[in-house]
Amino acid sequence: MREGTFAPGRILVYLVVWLIAAAYLVPFAVVVLNSLRTAEEIAQTSMIGWPKQLAWNNYATAWADFCVAQTCAGIRPYMLNSALVTIPATVVSTLLGSIAGYAVSLWRFRGDRWIYGIVTLGIFLPQQMRLLPWTIVLRDIGLTNTLTGLVLIHTIQGLSFTVLFCRNYYIAIPQELIRAARIDGAGFYRIFWRIVLPLSPPILIVTVIWQFTHIWNEFLYGVTFTTGQQQPVTAALIALSAAVADIPQHGVQSAAVIIAALPTLLVYLLGGKYFVRGLTAGAVK
Amino acid sequence: MSEAVPAAARGSPPAALDLLRRLPEFLTIWVPLLLSAGHLVSFALWTIWVSFTPSTLVPVSGWTGMRNYTAVMATRNWQIAFDNLLVFGCGFVLLSLLTGLLLAILLDQRIRGENVLRSIFLYPMAVSFVVTGTVWSWLLNPGIGIQKLVNGLGWTSFRFDWLIDRDMAIWTVVIAAVWQSSGFAMALFLAGLRSVDADLIKAAQIDGAGPIRMYRRVILPTLWPITVTVVVIQLQFAITTFDLVRALTGGGPGIATQLPALVVYDFMFQRGLLARGAAAAVLMLLILLAVLLPYAAWRYVQHRQAAHA
Repeated sequence: MREGTFAPGRILVYLVVWLIAAAYLVPFAVVVLNSLRTAEEIAQTSMIGWPKQLAWNNYATAWADFCVAQTCAGIRPYMLNSALVTIPATVVSTLLGSIAGYAVSLWRFRGDRWIYGIVTLGIFLPQQMRLLPWTIVLRDIGLTNTLTGLVLIHTIQGLSFTVLFCRNYYIAIPQELIRAARIDGAGFYRIFWRIVLPLSPPILIVTVIWQFTHIWNEFLYGVTFTTGQQQPVTAALIALSAAVADIPQHGVQSAAVIIAALPTLLVYLLGGKYFVRGLTAGAVK
Repeated sequence: MSEAVPAAARGSPPAALDLLRRLPEFLTIWVPLLLSAGHLVSFALWTIWVSFTPSTLVPVSGWTGMRNYTAVMATRNWQIAFDNLLVFGCGFVLLSLLTGLLLAILLDQRIRGENVLRSIFLYPMAVSFVVTGTVWSWLLNPGIGIQKLVNGLGWTSFRFDWLIDRDMAIWTVVIAAVWQSSGFAMALFLAGLRSVDADLIKAAQIDGAGPIRMYRRVILPTLWPITVTVVVIQLQFAITTFDLVRALTGGGPGIATQLPALVVYDFMFQRGLLARGAAAAVLMLLILLAVLLPYAAWRYVQHRQAAHA
């Protein structure tokens, strides 16, 4: 759009933009390099440096041997916990959000605007306002310190986002299409299955990516409602840092950080377009 | 508002049977929506109620008026947290806004590799605050991070120890937060830049406006609604920040990097003062509303103007 810019200006633009890009990559590069350095090597120099010999061992240790809070099984069990919370909560909240989004945008029923308005308030209500009630609810239904409890929390809380995403997408589907189908005798489920769902893949991908990254990265509920072996990996990383405060193991810790960040980074690399669309869709409420 | 029910139009099955037949769909629609809306309303009201009771380890009924609020606001913890929130909120929002705008303008220069660059600026958004905090706690730790590196290179008097400096520690949170979320501001600004009316730019070019004048006079003024949105979202993030500080500074040194969310957690789960914790949570909500309500009003006015225009 800006024509006629002369060469020195363009060189400056490239220089600045790549310098900033490099700065953004430094933290990641530092952790990757450290994950391949031994603790002694890091202690002698600093966290920032090139590995002398590649200590691939760090990954094996971080994955399966490392001690977090008296248990020496690496971060594998915590990764598994995170997966067992994130995957069901993502699938269920997306599915329910899709149906509910369809109900409030296309099917329509008495009170739909009201209930939709209240549901989307969940985007703004801070987690701190829900911590105590969740504590009591989890205790009363016997799900304290369980992964199921976290699945329940993330599913219900995630609805605010999934319903919003899907509703805003479905609202563009022509109402006449639904009306015609209803006159033909198609019911609630049939219209969803035959008309709405086939149009849904883009928004379902956005929603799944959004839910997956948010639930995987969530920390507050994980650390509040689970302890020890039941914790998700975000909470385990903090516990790990605390556990090694006396004898730092930066190489192994770096490997653990990489492993913990890998699922969401992969999702980002594979579905970047949809990831960004989710961010902006969440922003332009 | 709801439409005529087609089942009634067809008219064949008796009403009760029809109701029974439609029960599954009725439940599918209402159960998730009611769970979501119900938990939001009841949880918020319940927390507000607890904040007015004398609850300590367990919730109890009773009425203490504003006592929990005055008690919370009188603690050093809260006062520091509030001051930090002002510094962190302003510093972080301003810096990430400027960084995001700069990046968006740079990327808007039809440069090669735009997609790669965009991915680089946005990848921090994909990792957790725990990871961000942990990594930056290493980089900013004077004993092992940037300072150690520079010292090792020969500049032995170099100091970069904000992480352990009570007065500067909050700025380490700013650095990490800007790194994590300025890409988000960039994405929104870039979308805004790309939607600037092409005729407007052509007209300015015909008038002989250079690139800098073009941005200052023509393009940037059209971005201000996006700017407001970015500011509000970033402020919302700043007000609720918890994980990042836990991983980066743990609230320290001492309590130098406390933020409201950490105070809430501290009251509720470390000191077992539920009512105080609830009061701190409500205070957080009020701060948030002080940002969101004017924004909602502004959006409402904008929509109405757009509708009438």
